[in-house]
Amino acid sequence: MAILEFEKPLIEIQEKIKELKQISEASGMDVSEQIETFERQASEYKKELYANLTPSQRLQIARHSDRPTFLDYVKLITTDFIELHGDRQGTDDRAIIGGIAKIDGQSVVIVGTQKGKTTKENLIYNFGMPQPQGYRKALRLFYHANKFNLPIITLIDTPGAYPGMKAEETAQGTAIAENLKEMAKLNVPVIAVITGEGCSGGALGLAVADKVFMLEHSYYTVISPEGCASILWRDASKADVAAQALKITSEDLLDLGIIDGIINEPLGGAHCNYEEIGNSLKTTVMQAVKELKKEKPETLKQERYNKFRRMGVFCQ
Amino acid sequence: MTVKDWFEQRKELQIKRRDEKTQIDDSLGKLWIKCYSCNSQLLKKDVEENLEVCPKCGYHFRINARTRINQLFDEGTFEEMFGNITTADPLNFVDTDAYKKRIALAKAKTNMNEAVISGVGKIDGNEVAAAVMDFEFMGGSMGSVVGEKVTLAMEEALKRKIPMIAVTASGGARMQESILSLMQMAKTSCAVAKLNEAGLLYITVLTEPTFGGVTASFATIGDIIIAEKDARIGFAGRRVIEQTIRQSLPADFQTANYLMKYGQIDMISSRAELKSTISKLINLHKN
Repeated sequence: MAILEFEKPLIEIQEKIKELKQISEASGMDVSEQIETFERQASEYKKELYANLTPSQRLQIARHSDRPTFLDYVKLITTDFIELHGDRQGTDDRAIIGGIAKIDGQSVVIVGTQKGKTTKENLIYNFGMPQPQGYRKALRLFYHANKFNLPIITLIDTPGAYPGMKAEETAQGTAIAENLKEMAKLNVPVIAVITGEGCSGGALGLAVADKVFMLEHSYYTVISPEGCASILWRDASKADVAAQALKITSEDLLDLGIIDGIINEPLGGAHCNYEEIGNSLKTTVMQAVKELKKEKPETLKQERYNKFRRMGVFCQ
Repeated sequence: MTVKDWFEQRKELQIKRRDEKTQIDDSLGKLWIKCYSCNSQLLKKDVEENLEVCPKCGYHFRINARTRINQLFDEGTFEEMFGNITTADPLNFVDTDAYKKRIALAKAKTNMNEAVISGVGKIDGNEVAAAVMDFEFMGGSMGSVVGEKVTLAMEEALKRKIPMIAVTASGGARMQESILSLMQMAKTSCAVAKLNEAGLLYITVLTEPTFGGVTASFATIGDIIIAEKDARIGFAGRRVIEQTIRQSLPADFQTANYLMKYGQIDMISSRAELKSTISKLINLHKN
């Protein structure tokens, strides 16, 4: 597993404990008391470390190469998943994957951005950066859900919509905007979860939802801290400062009233325990589905409208 | 004085002289302007009288929101609304300068409250609600106030059951309000959904330049999308794309003509024809 820079002291302590154990075994000396103390200290240090991470350190967890992807969550939380491919207009963008599945016996349409864990995979999934065709595929699946009265779950982990020539030719902006507008018209519950990176319009294009949740270490922002730093500070190395200023953490967004809840991650991040994060995510999402299903479609839509209508801070 | 110092001093002097020179050019600039396209020296008065279009080559200069409103609406009919809504600094944002200071500077420079003017006016006698953006105010960026005022204009159209016109000019979402700016994309687009459901005509006019979060929200979901001649419109900036794909882009990339070629807009209109085009469209949609 890839080790992050700030985790190194912790790893060192753990290595030392391991060494100590080996020595004690080999020499027959009883140092179990010392080992116990060290282990307790290590575990306390670990808790403290992860409770006090800076936004840019958490950014590293959100971008961790072992972080569970959309397809991991599909495996973890659904049964009978059947992928539905393509935008029906000539393309099957692999950066957005969707299909129909059951979660705890409830049929849902589940759509999300897909990242790879290796370079080879990332080339297939375009590093989780959708083309306009990906958003159009998502929209087609949303309409499908609407037609068959199935709740929609979207899982978002994207560094942004792809900035390329083909993307511009085929109207990246329009594709996202259409999703924002059309998601407002859906008659079924929509639940969005930012699972990793929630970057800009590329993330929002799947997130006009009745309930929006964030995993603890995920981030959600108008622009990546690196992009912001290079524009406002004219210096990409100021990304740490930008990350702080942009208020991108799950707690910040909850405070600002943008999201409805935070899904806690296992200590060390979602990649440390797939089962645990899968269960937490499923519990939160299905609780929301259960509540939203009680609402009449008109109420659901009006409340979704009101939710976004309220967003923004200004003087009057 | 070392040799190095002497060079430094000489350099400073050169910079100072150059600055002085540009200042002289600036004073001339009050009377004359140069066309970006054909390089002709033009009398500012001639350009103004020609709707801020180069009389030599027809290049469309950027115009601010007030000039646009004067050109588009029947004289004296435009009533500005929601002008009391002003910028807050919810994140206490400071980059190389404080956001509060940037806002104050923009206000002083443009004599505007924010990057959009909303209101109701008449176009050839047809009452319409409108939101007109101003690129001079912080690059026409969309933060909470822009999102709110655009949405309010749309809600005014809903209330009065009249068409809605959005004239865009924006570099995208305003970074200084971070996630709150991003949410304005959702807010304005949800308001367009309401217009759709009410069956009200929504026309967008994309002007130089329209990018980022505005392109990816209310600008490109008009029932009719008009691009003004010479406008550049896109989602990602040219430089970002070049850095990503590591190849140079065609000269006409992201121009109105380019968007037309790829079927993204209904039409390109010259500034002179814009008012009559909108007016015709409104009349054609009457039943």
